Amino acid sequence: MNIEALLLSIRLALCVSSILFVVGVPLAYWLAYSRWRWKFLLEAVVALPLVLPPTVLGFYMLLAMGPRGPLGKLWHAAFGHGLAFTFAGLVIASVLYSFPFAVQPLIASFETVDHKLLDASAVLGAGRMRTFRRVILPLSVPGIITALVLSFAHTLGEFGVVLMVGGNLAGVTRTVSIDIYDRVQSLDYASARRTALLLLAISFAVLSAVYGINRRAGRRAWMPGAAK
Amino acid sequence: MNPANLTARVRKMHRGDAARSFLLDLDVELAPGITILFGPSGAGKSTLLDCIAGLTQPDAGRITIDGEALFDSEMKVSMPPQHRQVAYVFQSLALFPHMTVEANVAYGLPKAPEQARSARVAEILERFRVGKLRARKPREISGGEKQRVALARSLVTLPRVLLLDEPLTGLDAELKASIIEDLRAWNAAHEIPIFYVTHSREEVDALGERVIALEHGKIVSEGTPREVLDAPRRRRLAQAAGFENLLSGTVMDLREPDGVMRVRLADATCEIEVPLGHAAPGDRVRVAVRAGDILLATERPRALSARNVLEGKIVSLQRRGSLVVARVDCGALFTVHVTPGAERTLELAAGKKVWLVLKTHSCHFVEG
Repeated sequence: MNIEALLLSIRLALCVSSILFVVGVPLAYWLAYSRWRWKFLLEAVVALPLVLPPTVLGFYMLLAMGPRGPLGKLWHAAFGHGLAFTFAGLVIASVLYSFPFAVQPLIASFETVDHKLLDASAVLGAGRMRTFRRVILPLSVPGIITALVLSFAHTLGEFGVVLMVGGNLAGVTRTVSIDIYDRVQSLDYASARRTALLLLAISFAVLSAVYGINRRAGRRAWMPGAAK
Repeated sequence: MNPANLTARVRKMHRGDAARSFLLDLDVELAPGITILFGPSGAGKSTLLDCIAGLTQPDAGRITIDGEALFDSEMKVSMPPQHRQVAYVFQSLALFPHMTVEANVAYGLPKAPEQARSARVAEILERFRVGKLRARKPREISGGEKQRVALARSLVTLPRVLLLDEPLTGLDAELKASIIEDLRAWNAAHEIPIFYVTHSREEVDALGERVIALEHGKIVSEGTPREVLDAPRRRRLAQAAGFENLLSGTVMDLREPDGVMRVRLADATCEIEVPLGHAAPGDRVRVAVRAGDILLATERPRALSARNVLEGKIVSLQRRGSLVVARVDCGALFTVHVTPGAERTLELAAGKKVWLVLKTHSCHFVEG
């Protein structure tokens, strides 16, 4: 079993879910409450990674991060080295790939907050920020937990995007799913079996925690596959 | 604190599905004290309150408190709701479910220093008799208690105007009266205009102050409860105000010296005398009569001051609580309320011949 790969995956998943929380909360708030007429286009873009093959997303990311890609050039100018086949590149690609898994549950839970509570908050003198902090956010805790956990678990299990953007550099971009693939290729089934089982156990534990929390909260947050 | 005044001149197209679209178009002025906004559901009552609170915008108009404009379509002024100092208690109350009673009430006082805030919260909770519930969550208290907490939460901010959108529905009369007494006591000290929306005739009677009746977005009458409830000018308002009999007919002749006119009820031979209204012979009109204002006799009454005596037959009798609802066919169908005692002593039964007696001034002329 490759502990290095597993730790790398966990580090990647933690980075990705915290970035998604910071970026996703304001975006989801905007998507939930804005009345902009072209909003649906942005909603479609956010949902795109759900249907796109990871290789397609990974391919475009690779082009963008390459030495002649816009992202790659920008990164090079700022940090003096390329973005492709680095941990940072992996984080950026994974953030995009897991975007809907963070944003959709957030939108769903913001939208279920009773609109009258927001009106009540406003007539009691609270501006939008205060209403968001004191009313919307606390009432959306199950959705926020769902968003964090799903983006964590989804990143932990990704394969195609990592392979396209990160390659397979031990300790830098070789995540646990790549490691399993490697072991199978080299016919090391015993090791692959142990790692796969561990990944399965972690994913199951994480998802049962989410469903359990949502059940205790008595609310249904958005889940992959659930009709919205 | 100086007494505040609220004025609102509002025009707003209310778009519902086809049948429920109407133009809200009115001009109101509120002095300190309770003003009741009365009308059937869908008349535009809540829309008007939303405009005053700033939760929605009129298409045109001007809303002021003490001369300060909250909204003015010409001057392009529209103050956001959080700056208006207008308190609003919704029918659903909208208490924050994740906060305690105390935190709910303190919500509107974020800037007050900690000590002053808890003192004010404690004081208003006592005033509305819910001091003991401080640490409870909204789901742990009763309906009446929630209503008290919602009032306390709104009033602790010392608003310039209080809007109440059917806040006491679902409470029994006694509880309602006690909450209203507490509200009155609070307002005796603060003297702000309170706009109280209801569609219940009983609440209008109980509050007994100035009433504005609204229908289809327009003010249809204004005055004391008696004036507004007893002189319905439109059919739907008559129904809302509890007139069980709404009869259509044709004006036969006007007797101006007597202040009355005779109306022949639709496809019937019977004629009744009603107070003079703006109508000419031949006009189709409606007459509204309360079931409780009609006398029922089993022999032809004589030597009465009442001018309308109609002969008919009982069609059906129905017991409703301590009330018997009789339907009587006099050519036109009337609904009459009698007591169970009267039903027994008069031996009323379906098919029995009876006479109905209607005082002229119990018959209300309703515009067609």
